[in-house]
Amino acid sequence: MATKLPKTDVVIVGVGWAGGIIASELTKDGLKVVGLEKGKSRKTEDYFMVHDELRYGVRYDLMQDLSKETVTFRSNEKMRALPMRQYGSFLIGDGLGGAGVHWNGQTYRFLPYDFEIRSKTIERYGKNKIPSDMTIQDWGITYDKLEPYYDKFEKMAGISGDENPLGGKRSSPYPTPPMTKSPAMVKFVNAATKMKLHPYMMPSANLSETYTNPDGISRAGCQYCGYCERFGCEYGAKADPVVTVIPVAKKTGNFEIRTHSQVRRILRSGNKVTGVMYTDVTTGKEYEQPADIVVLTGYVFNNVRLLLMSGIGKPYNPSTGAGVIGKNYAYQVIKGASVGFFENEQFNNFAGAGSLGVNLDDYNGDNFDHSDLKFIHGGSISLSQTGQRPILNNPVPGGTPTWGPDFKKNSLKYANRALSVGGQGSSMSFRHHFLDLDPTYKDAFGDPLMRLTFDFEEQDRELAKFLAGKCGEILKEMGANHVDSLKELGPYDIVTYQSTHNTGGAIMGTSPDISAVNSYSQMWDAENLFVVGASSFPQNAGYNPTGTVGALAYRAAEGILKYRTKGGLVE
Amino acid sequence: MDNNGEHKNPDKGNHDVQEPSRRKFLVNTGFALGGVVVGGALGGLLGRKSKEPAAPAPAPEAGKPAGPANYNRALMFLTPDQFAIVDAATERIFPKDDNGPGAKELGVAFFIDHQLAGDWGFNAREYMSPPYFKGEKVQGYQGHLKRREMYDIALQEMENYSQSQYQKGFVQLTGEQQDEILKAFEDNAVELGTISPSGFFRVLRSNTLEGVYSDPLYGGNANMDGWRMRNYPGNQMSYTSIIDKDFQTIAPSSLQDHMAAH
Ligand SMILES: Cc1cc2nc3c(=O)[nH]c(=O)nc-3n(C[C@H](O)[C@H](O)[C@H](O)COP(=O)(O)OP(=O)(O)OC[C@H]3O[C@@H](n4cnc5c(N)ncnc54)[C@H](O)[C@@H]3O)c2cc1C
Ligand code: SF4
Repeated sequence: MATKLPKTDVVIVGVGWAGGIIASELTKDGLKVVGLEKGKSRKTEDYFMVHDELRYGVRYDLMQDLSKETVTFRSNEKMRALPMRQYGSFLIGDGLGGAGVHWNGQTYRFLPYDFEIRSKTIERYGKNKIPSDMTIQDWGITYDKLEPYYDKFEKMAGISGDENPLGGKRSSPYPTPPMTKSPAMVKFVNAATKMKLHPYMMPSANLSETYTNPDGISRAGCQYCGYCERFGCEYGAKADPVVTVIPVAKKTGNFEIRTHSQVRRILRSGNKVTGVMYTDVTTGKEYEQPADIVVLTGYVFNNVRLLLMSGIGKPYNPSTGAGVIGKNYAYQVIKGASVGFFENEQFNNFAGAGSLGVNLDDYNGDNFDHSDLKFIHGGSISLSQTGQRPILNNPVPGGTPTWGPDFKKNSLKYANRALSVGGQGSSMSFRHHFLDLDPTYKDAFGDPLMRLTFDFEEQDRELAKFLAGKCGEILKEMGANHVDSLKELGPYDIVTYQSTHNTGGAIMGTSPDISAVNSYSQMWDAENLFVVGASSFPQNAGYNPTGTVGALAYRAAEGILKYRTKGGLVE
Repeated sequence: MDNNGEHKNPDKGNHDVQEPSRRKFLVNTGFALGGVVVGGALGGLLGRKSKEPAAPAPAPEAGKPAGPANYNRALMFLTPDQFAIVDAATERIFPKDDNGPGAKELGVAFFIDHQLAGDWGFNAREYMSPPYFKGEKVQGYQGHLKRREMYDIALQEMENYSQSQYQKGFVQLTGEQQDEILKAFEDNAVELGTISPSGFFRVLRSNTLEGVYSDPLYGGNANMDGWRMRNYPGNQMSYTSIIDKDFQTIAPSSLQDHMAAH
């Protein structure tokens, strides 16, 4: 029997970016918040030995222990889903700060088009442009409505950047100036400008200079140390929940974090939830934490899994299209990239930062004409300099053997002579891409794993080839002697790292029959339950997701405060 | 150039900044790594050559200050015979050439031995629960064997295959013959009932690169020569002074240097 604890105003499930933001906003307003986090506590001092590619970059020291919990995967419903036994395609966050600790910090706003993709596509190209099994939908919120929340997230994190010439309107400039351009980035900008494209500096959560945010949190500037992605920042220069929002929530005295606490069920009575059941993983004891309001912020997979395991909302049925929980899982088409080899020039490829880069959106969203193309949307194209660490980065020209003397010679020669330009492709939702509970495989507690059914579609294959071609053109203009480009996208596989930009499963929309939550991330089916994160994206854009996750979290916090005073579904 | 000696302290004049560790890093590391440490702990390691297994720690070269003996050059998991096969095979994958040492000299086989003895060899942080089914390629590894078991089997199979093809053990073969065997594994041209030959080859190849390029604390990348060959500077606290500059060669620094500086 679970031990029943005293009731709190709000309980948060998972303390990463979404959980941290909600906690800081609610506790500042005086609410008592309990944050349950399944992993351990974290602080900046933990990264004393962080410049260790093997431990963090290759062996995934900061990620979830898959022996305890993973997902299962199959390409389609006819296949048997099997567990992702080892990491590959994406990396799941764990511990205080979640994946926000080891992210790169590339912090975009989605395009206005992204939020109204269905109406805008039909308006410009007609209904037939959308294949019958493509289940994209408008978000039920416009860019303009979400803009103030983007602004809030950017000021909290101190995003360094300059305005995207093809982006949505901004109410204020970025709080800090862009990062320093490297010579490779200058080359990209010059080439792109010559090609009449619109490059701009990648918006970055790696601070370009010392910055104090509106909450009074001061952080130092980035040192371009090259150990951002998959690593924690030992300087606190990279915005992460542990150095930004969590300290703010703690300072109020209203936030209690319980680490090593794995939430396993949401408890419900009628149309409301009453709290959560969790296991203290250090003792194995079960607890019931009653609360007036429950907020799920455990990342896409955990948010959806908890809803399904707790019987909240109607599970999605891919054969009828009915039900919403698990619907519209989407991902990213990241392989549309090209590598350029420069015979007579070397670059400081070892230096860099997670979001040091230049980007352009000429082939993103609906910024170009799709009439004669076999896909909609597109992707951002960028050259980023994140620090090429030597185990995982050994670019060699096509035709080089993968081992032996020629491999050695070429991998050494090109380590600082290769530059890559990549496309971050959008991912549309399809009727048969979804999340549900696996019938066979269990986690360490005997609860079913999340099952993922997904593959690339014709849309993705066309998009990847298109983006790779554009990337190649830019590299040629940059003066590469030789360019290798992706030729075929191939099937989606769980083995190679692509991006941790999983989306959908508890999507946002204007009504309960087509969505799980409203634009405040409030569940239609349980008014005191809020589900926050990329789980609410109805489809994925051609950008990294966290800027939008952050904006949605700020809006959800506002919604929770409104709900607290008025009750009912927040308008 | 000595990048660290130059890097500025962004903390200056900003005493509200929260993180004490960062302050410590910047104040201590920034200056301690310049010169001082390189002459001490690191200096003892410079120029040292790795030897065959079980050889005593080599004496420091003349003119260099003595460093601590390299006590981690001993075996934790592999048998000496297995070690010799791994040592020979990884050298074919990453051979010595004009650019510098190969896997053997860099200590890659010690690296692999040490990895197999720990968490990674036991697949400790991976999902190893049944049931096991043969999956599609896109679903990744679905075997029930741990890596240390896979290595045990694969090394024996390499030896058997070598005997059947050339009537000699793998270590006795010429380099070209060893390549043939590795190639046969890579291309699944060997029929094995237990493990996937190409799966093993991929792991061996990745492990070789890991042993060449991981921090020397893991037993490979001896003298940081793996890094030096490709002008990778290892653990540096800051590149602010060169990020907008053209290519520069920076002498590498390891996590041991970092530790010693604190
Ligand atoms: C290597 C890497 C690089 C990335 N780079 C970028 C980038 O440059 N730009 C970008 O926009 N995005 C990036 N991302 C994605 C980004 O990290 C995520 O979008 C973001 O962290 C999501 O925030 P979240 O709060 O929804 O989830 P998370 O940060 O994952 O936090 C969820 C938390 O909930 C906890 N939790 C889960 N389930 C439970 C449970 N049942 N009980 C208790 N606790 C639970 C987890 O332990 C975790 O701490 C990157 C991700 C990775 C892995
Ligand atoms: S590159 Fe910058 S933000 Fe990233 S870890 Fe290093 S100092 Fe921190």
